[in-house]
Amino acid sequence: MIEATNLSKRFGDIQAVRDISFVARDGAITGILGANGAGKSTTLRMLYGVLTPDSGQACIDGIDIRGETSKARAHLGVLPHAAGLYGNLTARENIHYFGSLQGIGGDLLRSRTAELARVLGMESFLERRAKGFSQGQRIKVALARALIHDPGNIVLDEPTNGLDVMAIRNLREMLLSLKAQGRCVLFSSHVMQEVAALCDRVVIIGHGAVLADATVDSIRERSGAASLEEAFLQVLGDTAGVS
Amino acid sequence: MHALFTVFAKEFLENLRDRRTLVSALLFGPLFGPVLFGLMVSRMLNQSVVESDEPLKLTISGSEYAPGLTHYLEAQGVKLTMATLSENEARTAVRGGTAQVVLIVPKEYGPRFSAAAPAPVLLVADSADSQTRKTADRARIILGGYGSTIAQLRLQVRGVNPLLAVPVAVNDVDVATPTGRAVVVLGFMTYFVLFAVLMGGLYLAIDSTAGERERGSLEALLSLPVARSSLVGGKILATCAYMCISLALSLAAFVCVFRFLPLERLGMSGNLGPRTALIFFAICLPFVPLGAALMTFVASFTRSYREAQTYLTAVLLVPTLPIAFASIYSLKTRSSLMFIPSLSQHLLMTSVLKDEAVAVHDVWISAASSLGVALLLMVLTARHWRRETMLG
Repeated sequence: MIEATNLSKRFGDIQAVRDISFVARDGAITGILGANGAGKSTTLRMLYGVLTPDSGQACIDGIDIRGETSKARAHLGVLPHAAGLYGNLTARENIHYFGSLQGIGGDLLRSRTAELARVLGMESFLERRAKGFSQGQRIKVALARALIHDPGNIVLDEPTNGLDVMAIRNLREMLLSLKAQGRCVLFSSHVMQEVAALCDRVVIIGHGAVLADATVDSIRERSGAASLEEAFLQVLGDTAGVS
Repeated sequence: MHALFTVFAKEFLENLRDRRTLVSALLFGPLFGPVLFGLMVSRMLNQSVVESDEPLKLTISGSEYAPGLTHYLEAQGVKLTMATLSENEARTAVRGGTAQVVLIVPKEYGPRFSAAAPAPVLLVADSADSQTRKTADRARIILGGYGSTIAQLRLQVRGVNPLLAVPVAVNDVDVATPTGRAVVVLGFMTYFVLFAVLMGGLYLAIDSTAGERERGSLEALLSLPVARSSLVGGKILATCAYMCISLALSLAAFVCVFRFLPLERLGMSGNLGPRTALIFFAICLPFVPLGAALMTFVASFTRSYREAQTYLTAVLLVPTLPIAFASIYSLKTRSSLMFIPSLSQHLLMTSVLKDEAVAVHDVWISAASSLGVALLLMVLTARHWRRETMLG
């Protein structure tokens, strides 16, 4: 479970995030929806502890990310916005590197890698160097290395960016299977259809603040709009929601 | 500690697989110095050989007008090439390089010589070419010798003591030791060694910092439950490893170069054998973490590969500054200078190469001060990596 409580963050004159609170539950997919520059990445970065909030708290399975960073991170798999691989290492070596830094090794690391390779369909390129990978292959490896330590919570920052239709579909299936395993999946996107198709719950962010936090259906009902897209636009109001 | 070695092993392996990095770190860096050094020294050797050993070659035109001079030149060991050239032809020949120096004896030489009037000869040479200039200078000295021999004979014939014409006897005392001349060359050599150290780690330092950011793997790495100091430590350690390899290769290449160069002829004790190379390795070893930490530190502030390359190329020149300073003020080894990294290594290596006594405490001061600066830079780098701005 991931809890954000009154998170705020300012960069110079810009208040990037103000007083954001929400909860992403286990066994559910939570989507953070917002226009580009609305504060999605900043919020997620505070959740996995590479940014320090000016105020507020972020907890992973009840562990404060600022207080016990390493312990909290052991419960967390992260797929950042920029999820580059090491081109001179094979897919397996990329995954093993992160596994080893997560403190797992030996047989467990090998069996986890084999399991992820099977689930994500990476067997054909597991031993190839990552230099020439397609975007889809790259995202699979990046996801595998985020999941190598079997975390209960997964944070993905715009994971579908740059993926083709097939790869998006694969990713969707992967997220659903992670949910089915009882994990907490939190991902950000600026594409409404994606969120509508996947999420149990949506947190809409605009101007660095939470505009709505509910199920997809209830947002739709509340705004009276037929599609989430219209609902989204209504929630955002006239502005684009960009701060 | 486990994380540190994981990072080290990964960076080491990744760098090993990058051909461009390998070529620059383990080929260009370590071999550039010894090869250039070898060329420089053999050039110096050639020049000194020309100065002394090689017979002077002279093209002479109109030798039939001056048989006495021709005999004298031959007796002095000058290799004469007979030719018949006008002044203009001689100019063309010298300019075109078909003759180095041409001596023209004109027709009026004979009558004027017999009349004891100054007999003219023309020495055609190109003073812009340092090689020809030297040959011309030698020819001038020999011609002057012939002139004073004739003058003395003429005085003797007239019953005058020829020594009257030598009012001052100049005796040259040259205190310049050949080793002194070699010091300049040695300065280059020690710089090349330190250059090889830095080159060995250049690309790894860039790749493990700016490269990590540019390819977008940095954020994933920073969100792992690993202390930032372990990440930085592993990266610097891997850079150190490549620097050590580069240092060893460079010294091995120098040992080879020294073996094939007859340095004794320059008056340099060509004593860079395997044993000296090991001592050099030990002297330079404390400089390795300093170089690695400095490069990683600078590269950590850059946003892209290209930017890092620009700044780190400047860092490559940092060790030259104290060495250049030392040669300008001809600083000698003393303990207070041992606190300055790169200068201390330069002075210690030069002393060892010149077979001078090296104080043990100087070696310790040099090592301790280099390691101290290295530690400071590592702490600063780790601190920078803990900042949010690292994400860029």
